Amino acid sequence: MTTPTPIRWSDWPDARGRFGPFGGRYVPETLFPAVTRLEEAAVDAFADPAFMAALDAELRDWVGRPTPLTPARGLSRLWGADVWMKREDLAHTGAHKINNALGQALLAKRMGAARVVAETGAGQHGVATAAACARVGLPCVVYMGAVDVKRQAPNVRRMQLMGTEVRAVTAGDATLRAAIDEAMREWVGDPARTFYVLGSAVGPHPYPWLVRQFQRIIGVEARAQMLKQTGSLPDVAVACVGGGSNSIGLFHPFLDDAVSLLGIEPGGRGRGLGEHAATLTYGRPGVLHGTYSMLLQDADGQVVETHSVSAGLDYSAVGPEHAFLQETGRATYDVVSDEEAMEALAELCAHEGILPAVESAHAFAGARRWAKANPGKRILVGLSGRGDKDLPILDAWEAR
Amino acid sequence: MTSPAQRLADAIRHPKHPGLPAVMPYVTSGFPTRDGFAELVLGLSDVADAIEIGVPFSDPMADGPVIQRSSRIALDGGATLAWILETLTSLPRKPACPLVLMSYANPLMAFGYERLVDAALAAGVCGFIVPDMPWEESEAFRVLIASRGLASIQLVTPVTPDDRLSKLGQGEGGFVYAVTVTGITGAAMEPAEISSYLDRVRSLTGKPVCAGFGIRTAAHVRALSGHADGAIVGTALIEALGRGEDGVAFVRALVA
Repeated sequence: MTTPTPIRWSDWPDARGRFGPFGGRYVPETLFPAVTRLEEAAVDAFADPAFMAALDAELRDWVGRPTPLTPARGLSRLWGADVWMKREDLAHTGAHKINNALGQALLAKRMGAARVVAETGAGQHGVATAAACARVGLPCVVYMGAVDVKRQAPNVRRMQLMGTEVRAVTAGDATLRAAIDEAMREWVGDPARTFYVLGSAVGPHPYPWLVRQFQRIIGVEARAQMLKQTGSLPDVAVACVGGGSNSIGLFHPFLDDAVSLLGIEPGGRGRGLGEHAATLTYGRPGVLHGTYSMLLQDADGQVVETHSVSAGLDYSAVGPEHAFLQETGRATYDVVSDEEAMEALAELCAHEGILPAVESAHAFAGARRWAKANPGKRILVGLSGRGDKDLPILDAWEAR
Repeated sequence: MTSPAQRLADAIRHPKHPGLPAVMPYVTSGFPTRDGFAELVLGLSDVADAIEIGVPFSDPMADGPVIQRSSRIALDGGATLAWILETLTSLPRKPACPLVLMSYANPLMAFGYERLVDAALAAGVCGFIVPDMPWEESEAFRVLIASRGLASIQLVTPVTPDDRLSKLGQGEGGFVYAVTVTGITGAAMEPAEISSYLDRVRSLTGKPVCAGFGIRTAAHVRALSGHADGAIVGTALIEALGRGEDGVAFVRALVA
């Protein structure tokens, strides 16, 4: 019996933008020069100490990093585990999205872009991009599905206050997927002057890599904080997975450690196609939005609409690096329902005094299930965002 | 024997209306209804020099609102790649011009490339246009379809650099699809502005060059004479079909 060569995680993505078989650049020819130029500019910026120093300073002074690692005393007692929370809810604008939005806005400025477009689901990436563009001085247009405009009204107002134009998208499913379609079309229309700030670790190369690099700070900080505050690494790190940016940011710095990685997908209200957005669990490989990854599609290759109580996880595809981590067995992915996520949200409010985003509540529901099956372990949970924006959703849930 | 790819190139180089560029209408298969599809394809084939058979997709990211909407309606009506190929295979007579299949990558992948090539040959398809499968991602598909004599039609745009243009235009058969605006389908076009661009494309490829995106009128088609071998008309035809007009008469008017 031969021992397989261990995977060197730092080798991915390769020069073709692939994580194993997943990833790539499935873009119209019009965008090909633009994605190539973006990759070159990002490589150049990451190698420039002045750019990295400016990013670090803004992350510290404007975003408020490092975010704390908080012992979850109430949950630890309830679950029979040692639970720790990485507090991205305390980052400026209320979620991890700002790490990437700020990074890309600084990159857009450096590349001399005239304007920024972005898409948003829950509105968190839209708000983060609006804030970052106001901070660096770039005009910004955000596309948002009409369904999400309604269920995330407070975030629409926040974007507008920061000078961003919010355009409601009524095409398709009128949620995140339709918003990405529209933002990409806008980019196709003016690739030389427009910088597309993509909000998750999805889309054509270099985005899955670029977004991961900007989000890795979550895991880098959490890893150092665990060592400092507990003296050891966690047994497992748990995060919710929609497109997969907060989870890849948390997981990536732990890839070479003996730490289990558990991604939690939105199970919605059932296992049937259209009832959930659990792409890795129920999907098949395919191409959407420029990348080859797992996809929720019908037998004819048409992408299907999804459902999740959480707008930020309501997406038919997933980042290609997660598909790779799943295929290699380095990370596992589990599903929690709308109901379980809402229960976890209530538990976090009652026992920790924290209202999490409905997205993040999925991670806690999954962590709780893992804790019951693995008693007495040390668990790191990514608390990716705060839940103030979700009050309309909570009201609707109560009234259902 | 002439390969399907070569047959396509020949049809564009020797159009039915000498003095004008070849005319290639685009139809969203199954729009406005599935019932009229076979008749529309046959009728168009008598007037056109080639037909672009569009496979509707749920997320047509390189298309404008008109084709997006037609794709949605076609999908809601039950149009699938399997149905399109079956319909083309069992037409009551042979179309009077070559057919080209235009599809986003995912429906083709879901169908399976090997099975697709057999079915496409049986359906009289001479080549493929896959707008979200650039050169770098298409090698396996290109090699497979070339081995069966089918054309892999590459798109080029005004922002495509010369060296890349030469690479995309290499080989024989089929044609080069020159996108005439940097934008999505259906945007307005000024023929005079794009002449030099088309001349540049022609100087860098041995294949026929067809201009597409934003070509709406007979005047647009005429203005391409001497600069492009063919004119692709999509959005304007879909709009006409959407208004309930006769698509064949619309295309006939373009070459009148």
